[in-house]
Amino acid sequence: MPADAVTTSLAARATPLLAAVALLAIFPFVGGKFYIDLMVTTMILAIFALSLELLVGRTGLVSFGHAAFFGIAAYATALLSPQASAPSLAWLLPAAVVISALAALGIGALSLRTRGIYFIMVTLAFAQMAYFVFHDMAFAGGSDGRYLYVKPVLALGPYTLLDLDRPLTFYYSTLAAMVAVYALLAMLGRSRFGHALAGIKANEQRMRAAGFSTYPYKLAAFVLAGALAGVAGFLYAVKDGFVNPEILAWHQSGTVLLMLILGGIGSLRGAVLGAFLFVVLKELFQSEAVFGSFAKHWQLPLGLTIIACVALMPNGVTGLPAQLRRSRVPVPHAG
Amino acid sequence: MDFAVFLVQCLNALQYGLLLFLVASGLTLIFGILGVINLAHGSFYMIGAYLAYALAPWAAEQFGGGFFTAIAIGIVLSVVFGYLLEWGFVSYLYQREHLQQVLMTYGLILVFEELRSILVGDDVHGVAPPAWLAGSVQLGSVMTYPTYRLFMSGVCVLVALGLYLVISRTRIGMAIRAGASNREMVQSLGVDIRLLYRIVFAAGVALAVFAGMIAAPVSSVYPGMGNQVLIISFVVVVIGGIGSVRGALLASLLVGLVDTFGKVLIPQTAGILVYVLMAAILLWRPEGLFRAG
Repeated sequence: MPADAVTTSLAARATPLLAAVALLAIFPFVGGKFYIDLMVTTMILAIFALSLELLVGRTGLVSFGHAAFFGIAAYATALLSPQASAPSLAWLLPAAVVISALAALGIGALSLRTRGIYFIMVTLAFAQMAYFVFHDMAFAGGSDGRYLYVKPVLALGPYTLLDLDRPLTFYYSTLAAMVAVYALLAMLGRSRFGHALAGIKANEQRMRAAGFSTYPYKLAAFVLAGALAGVAGFLYAVKDGFVNPEILAWHQSGTVLLMLILGGIGSLRGAVLGAFLFVVLKELFQSEAVFGSFAKHWQLPLGLTIIACVALMPNGVTGLPAQLRRSRVPVPHAG
Repeated sequence: MDFAVFLVQCLNALQYGLLLFLVASGLTLIFGILGVINLAHGSFYMIGAYLAYALAPWAAEQFGGGFFTAIAIGIVLSVVFGYLLEWGFVSYLYQREHLQQVLMTYGLILVFEELRSILVGDDVHGVAPPAWLAGSVQLGSVMTYPTYRLFMSGVCVLVALGLYLVISRTRIGMAIRAGASNREMVQSLGVDIRLLYRIVFAAGVALAVFAGMIAAPVSSVYPGMGNQVLIISFVVVVIGGIGSVRGALLASLLVGLVDTFGKVLIPQTAGILVYVLMAAILLWRPEGLFRAG
């Protein structure tokens, strides 16, 4: 491919992304307080989904326990914060991320000894173990959870650079985090490491036959995904100022997988889009204005939607145009 | 811990392990033979418990006998239900990737839970055991043990024996064993694989529903009861090895022992001990204790 073709395709791909970021940047000026809040939640979920995309989409590892790392970082954030004064973002965020990365190192080292169906079940089981650690142990506050009393700030000497207690500051910090995670994963996809992961996804046997030791690569991807889920967990704890075991529950792991498949597996855009779609669907099904008293049974339409989506558009929303093209054009003879 | 307490805990462990086996054996056969990861398997257990709750008064009124009539009706219903579900839903999952199977059966869980909520509500219910089993048995000089729990363990042993005989001695059992080790080969040898799949799935559903029904008087009936059992059953399948009924039996008993004695000896860590056991087995044998094929 000639060099200018690469740049045009890059520009063509970057334009909608930049437009989306610009829209998100001006959103607080047009949206009401409720919608700004909802958008922050959505962006946090998008970071969470992006972190899982690294495993599922890039490496072909279907983890059903990703909520563990989200929740561990959220708990670390709440437990490490002092009760009376504002913790510094400069150490609290790295601490939460390192803790979730270490948890991912331990769980990943064991889970990656298995593959396929086993891997799905083992990651689910380990996430459930993390759930019980926070649910049963006294230090974590049991099923009531823990509060984060004062939100973190980033200060340089006497100047407060960022105060996450201010809604707009938090909004833009979350947006910046999402863009940073997206950019990191996009760059990673072009790196040697990213190509190795793609090779593992396509044919692990062959990678090993070619002399690649795949286990360290998979473990590195697992740890990085855990760390990025930790970023999302940190933001979640700061946003709500409250954590409880439900954020590690296996429904959370199922939800984030659902976001990926809604958006389309194998693309970063898909992960972000999936998070947005999920929030829209959930708000719709929970809306009493639309469903009346049936809204409390919102998981029924959600479950049916999941089944229908997976059955009818397995490539998600981002794969829909290609899927429609394929079904319209008569398939030529194979060969 | 004196001997009588030890004995009671052993009986509890046995009863819990055997109950897990009923759920996990179906799960492991469905994995091993159909190649489908079925998250909704825990829902069948939940459905069984609610069936016992809903059918027992009705059966007592219609036929007399109550609990056992309800169980008989429940088994028939569950086989029909499993057969129809395989035909109408699960059979579409065979050609799909694991991730899609996970999500579609996860969607099914949400549907089952909400239907349960709409039909029966979200309250916790008790189910009475039949009158002649409601008492307790004297153990030693001071301890007693509920008769129903003993009965339950006995029934589970009978079911496990029956399962063993069917799998090791019958033609269909032969096809099941062959299917667990090499699906394609069985198909090419002329076994009607679609029928085999349907039978295995219906049997798996019936086992889980049966487990839910007989567990109802002990555990009571509550929302979300299936999920707990599902995840522990996964642990059992991982420890025992996919597709291996023998492995499932051994692993269920092991999990029952660790969980029961963990709760007595180190109550703080009761919830996580089973997973620690799984981690240890994974370190030692990543493919589980017995792997079929």
